[in-house]
Amino acid sequence: MEKVLQLLVEGESLTTRQMAEVLNYSEEEVESQLQELKKENILLGWRPVLNPSAEVDAVVRAVIEVKIKPEREGGFDKLAERISRFDEVESCYLMSGGYDLLVVVKGRQLHAVAGFISERLATIEGVLSTATHFLLRAYKEQGYLLPGVVDDSDKPKVSP
Amino acid sequence: MNTIKEQTSFVAHHVRDMPRSGIREFFELVQGADDVISLGIGEPDFVTPWHIREAAIYALEKGKTGYTSNLGLLKLRKSVSKYMRKEFEVEYDPTKEILIAVGVSEALDIALRATINPGDKVMYHEPCYVSYHPTILMTHGVGVKVPTSEEDKFALNPKRLWEYWEPGVKVLVLNFPTNPTGGTMTREQLLEIARFAQEKDVLVLSDEIYAELTFEGKHTSIASLPGMRDRTILLHGCSKAFAMTGFRIGFACANPELTEAMMKVHQYSMLCAPILSQEAAFEALENGADSVARMKEQYQRRRDLIVRKLNASGLACHLSNGTFYAFPSIKSTGLDSKSFSLRLFEEQRVAAVPGTAFGESGEGFIRCSYSTSYENLLQATDLIDKFVQSL
Repeated sequence: MEKVLQLLVEGESLTTRQMAEVLNYSEEEVESQLQELKKENILLGWRPVLNPSAEVDAVVRAVIEVKIKPEREGGFDKLAERISRFDEVESCYLMSGGYDLLVVVKGRQLHAVAGFISERLATIEGVLSTATHFLLRAYKEQGYLLPGVVDDSDKPKVSP
Repeated sequence: MNTIKEQTSFVAHHVRDMPRSGIREFFELVQGADDVISLGIGEPDFVTPWHIREAAIYALEKGKTGYTSNLGLLKLRKSVSKYMRKEFEVEYDPTKEILIAVGVSEALDIALRATINPGDKVMYHEPCYVSYHPTILMTHGVGVKVPTSEEDKFALNPKRLWEYWEPGVKVLVLNFPTNPTGGTMTREQLLEIARFAQEKDVLVLSDEIYAELTFEGKHTSIASLPGMRDRTILLHGCSKAFAMTGFRIGFACANPELTEAMMKVHQYSMLCAPILSQEAAFEALENGADSVARMKEQYQRRRDLIVRKLNASGLACHLSNGTFYAFPSIKSTGLDSKSFSLRLFEEQRVAAVPGTAFGESGEGFIRCSYSTSYENLLQATDLIDKFVQSL
């Protein structure tokens, strides 16, 4: 794995300058490796990992199990891509098991999310059924434990 | 008529005369400050991997709250035996050659108490972990220190062993990779130490707690060398590689006679290591390899960073091949270790332990633990640079 990528995967949020210092690269080198990763579609982009309980971005999240009818040409892909294009859709995965797509939808209000599902998603031709589950509380978000889960405040600042 | 005499001190002489640990002094200074970036931490910054913590919780739920055998849970000893064979290339019989202790600290204590008669001499290399010399003193042994130095990258130069040896030496304490210097030994160097031990009929007490945190090449245990198994007490544990310092689990591995002797001391003083910690240690040894590898990778990148930065600031620092400590020389600044650490803390709010906390041979050095985030390391090294340039 590229060293820059390793560092990203490790998870400490560092600026490109800090990454350059950690790896003993020039900033340009880090930048060019990042560009390369983007060009190869390995790194899709940058997003902050927000606390889902903080009411800043989306307030309501729903996980939807979607059954769809595969098409003769394109199988599940065409429909899955069509669903993925909606801004409301945060993630969309093809699944094995009892349904076909797992779609994560976010919105500012409950009725907005509900409206999106019933009026947009469910009415797309080829969508056979949807089962919606609303998220109640997050305990871990993309590898980050929510505050309060770990407490190491008793650790001494100097030890042998 | 009042006949009460003036109360004399009840403290034993050898304890009274034992110096306070140099690190405690520094600890008290730094602990109260909350705006400090600490490079003073002698333990992993990682929390114990969850699968290990979960094993301890499960054991508690199952009601495992009693004593264990003095030697420790048999399943853990079997697991230690398997681990030592694989990682250290030494065979130990789990029924009579492995003892589970309360950290390597206790293991070191019982190993010395089981082997030292009053006046016996114990060689150890210095700078070294803070407890070696005091533990020797508590067994009424006599410490013979052998300095290690920068030009050997803090490996123990075998020539020095012959030079510092004196009649009456019974035990040689080794600790590689070394806290605080990060020094390691090659197999060739260890072979020479082994030859010395055999020629002088010395027992080796080898604390290899940082073994897994060896970066380039694989760690060699002196116990795995020809003729050394039965004249070595090999000490290891879960604290460093598995980030389990608070669980207090150490292992002492030795021939049956020595294990039996250590067991006697251990059973009358400690009885056994806490059962929950033993259960956690079992999980760590059986399933913890991935966590260790992940943490080790990060330590190595942090090491490369801090060593490069310190050298760039004019503090000569060897690329330590093990542990999570950098041990730069501060001689170029003209300050002694204690004033350097003190002023660095007061002027830039960075805590690094003076080398002298690890013995006189640590004069001219400071210990910088890189068991902390990249961001802290970048900030701390920038502040150290600022401090050095201001002198």
